[in-house]
Amino acid sequence: MSTVEEAERNASRMKELSAWGRLKVNRNWLAIWFMLPAAAFLLLFLAWPLLLGVWLSFTDTRLARPGKFIGFENYEWLWDDSVFWLSVFNTLLYTIVASIIKFVVGLYLALLLNRHMPFKAMIRSIVLIPFIVPTVLSAIAFWWIYDSQFSIISWSLKQMGLINQNIDFLGDGNLARASLIFANVWRGVPFVAITLLAGLQTVSPSLYEAATLDGASAWQRFRFVTYPLLTPIIAVVMTFSVLFTFTDFQLIWAMTRGGPANATHLMATLSYSRGILSGQLGEGSAIATAMIPFLLAAIMFSWFGLQRRKWQQGENND
Amino acid sequence: MASVQIRDVRKSFGDVEILHGVSVPIEDGQFVVLVGPSGCGKSTLLRMLAGLENITAGTISIGGRVVNNVHPKERDIAMVFQNYALYPHMTVAKNMGFSLMLRGESKSEIDTRVKKAAQILGLMPLLERYPRQLSGGQRQRVAMGRAIVREPQVFLFDEPLSNLDAKLRVAMRTEMKELHQRLKTTTVYVTHDQIEAMTLGDKIVVMHDGVIEQVGAPLELYDKPANQFVAGFIGSPAMNFLNGKLKANGSAYVETEQGHKLPLKSMPQGESGRDVVYGIRPEHFELGEGGLPAEVVVVEPTGSETQVVARIGNQEVIAVFRERQNLKPGDKISLRPRADTAHLFAKDSGKRI
Repeated sequence: MSTVEEAERNASRMKELSAWGRLKVNRNWLAIWFMLPAAAFLLLFLAWPLLLGVWLSFTDTRLARPGKFIGFENYEWLWDDSVFWLSVFNTLLYTIVASIIKFVVGLYLALLLNRHMPFKAMIRSIVLIPFIVPTVLSAIAFWWIYDSQFSIISWSLKQMGLINQNIDFLGDGNLARASLIFANVWRGVPFVAITLLAGLQTVSPSLYEAATLDGASAWQRFRFVTYPLLTPIIAVVMTFSVLFTFTDFQLIWAMTRGGPANATHLMATLSYSRGILSGQLGEGSAIATAMIPFLLAAIMFSWFGLQRRKWQQGENND
Repeated sequence: MASVQIRDVRKSFGDVEILHGVSVPIEDGQFVVLVGPSGCGKSTLLRMLAGLENITAGTISIGGRVVNNVHPKERDIAMVFQNYALYPHMTVAKNMGFSLMLRGESKSEIDTRVKKAAQILGLMPLLERYPRQLSGGQRQRVAMGRAIVREPQVFLFDEPLSNLDAKLRVAMRTEMKELHQRLKTTTVYVTHDQIEAMTLGDKIVVMHDGVIEQVGAPLELYDKPANQFVAGFIGSPAMNFLNGKLKANGSAYVETEQGHKLPLKSMPQGESGRDVVYGIRPEHFELGEGGLPAEVVVVEPTGSETQVVARIGNQEVIAVFRERQNLKPGDKISLRPRADTAHLFAKDSGKRI
């Protein structure tokens, strides 16, 4: 059999292959096949419930009773609900203040841990402890620390003669907010610190040496070398930190349940309290859905922040 | 520009002393190359000069001022790093102008000086690029530009060409020499590559295990190596060493264990019968009658010359011939060392006789 004939036969056989058959071997489609299981998992357990939740917010569903479509009525109610707006304010305050403190303290810790010092590995692991402890456990610990009668802080201050009466950390609105923010910062700092530390370690020491020879002071080395090189990691870690803080539930619920007088109700806790505890699934869903625009805004912010940095993109695209 | 004096400098890391007292005088405008195998302490010495490492003992002075306790940025030096250490988030222009910016120079002053340096190095079209968008050679040039812009008293180079491919390395070598001839700034250059050292340096400092083996002009090191280490380190392919005993019987020669006679131009002081090492460079072998009987092992033609690895007794030697030789492995040849080019070293100390 001549090779020409053989080639012709092969060509015709290729044509015979069905579109489906070609999809099975095509290189570009191969990636799709490999991604499919993970994508299916995400769609089934994340996207679908999310969609259901959004749908639920347009109905008057209650626990154990199917509801019917009521359009934007839930949202109209929320618009005139001062408690809802208080929770939005609380959430924003909680997220912004806690994130800024976590960033500053985390960066400071990361810079500190990046230096040469004795027991470096041990100190680094100690820093991680707040992150490892289950949230509810640390929440309960803080609950005791802040307790109106048994608080160790009040006790110590009393022993030192600085105060006469116990401080009611979780009983006063603003004090409760500050206490929760502190607990959240305590939990969130290790994540920021360790991630930024990882970023710091990718910066070549010779860059610092070059900057030193170029005449940069310690502050200038941070300002002109460390900080700009760290910005991509800062963007990522702060996006995550903001998302986690914004959606925080466990810590609040374990310590204050939104009290006193709704002063610490976040959108997540309010949604739970209205949706599950009061059984107003529709309204609870509407509160949860109202969080989505804020979260999207946070993601977009860091996304476009990342896009601007031309220097880290590859090759010759001017 | 300034002279640099390194006087009896020592460096220890913990209990380990890695520089055992080195002294190098460097004149104003000189191009000095520190060369040696890795771990010899040459980079450490350079970093001490830059102020990146403390000086354990001894003094370093730049332009007559002792700088032991002077902060790096006050030393008025510029350094080019092996990995270039370009700031990845700054354009070429920003990289080059960074030190001037820190010094508080005006924008227009920075601009003119950056442009001037860019012109010298042919970087004008690249000024707005980021380091990632440059080739290795271009990055190297930017690193040099960053040093030039500052117009420092002394340039320090830490193996600046070792990350480039062979062809580019040769081209950049020429460029660096040209640059030095033009700027005439005192330069200290560290490399492990003896060819780089030979081609670039006005003065070469050969270091080994934290001590200086020899200081001298390139050809001085080549023609009169002070000891067996320098002899073996300078020159490529490396010098051949044959052990033997010094003999005089009418004319002076070295007799090997196999009884081969290696010719000498004259009898050095030292009694006959002394154990010596006879050094002969590959290019100083001739083919011809009355030489050492050898068997060809490998023939390596490079075009301009032919390298021949041959076995004399149980020792391999390398010979290099300018003329083309029609040799095959297994051929029996006779290698004749040129007596006037032979080097003699004491067997025990390795010192030149």
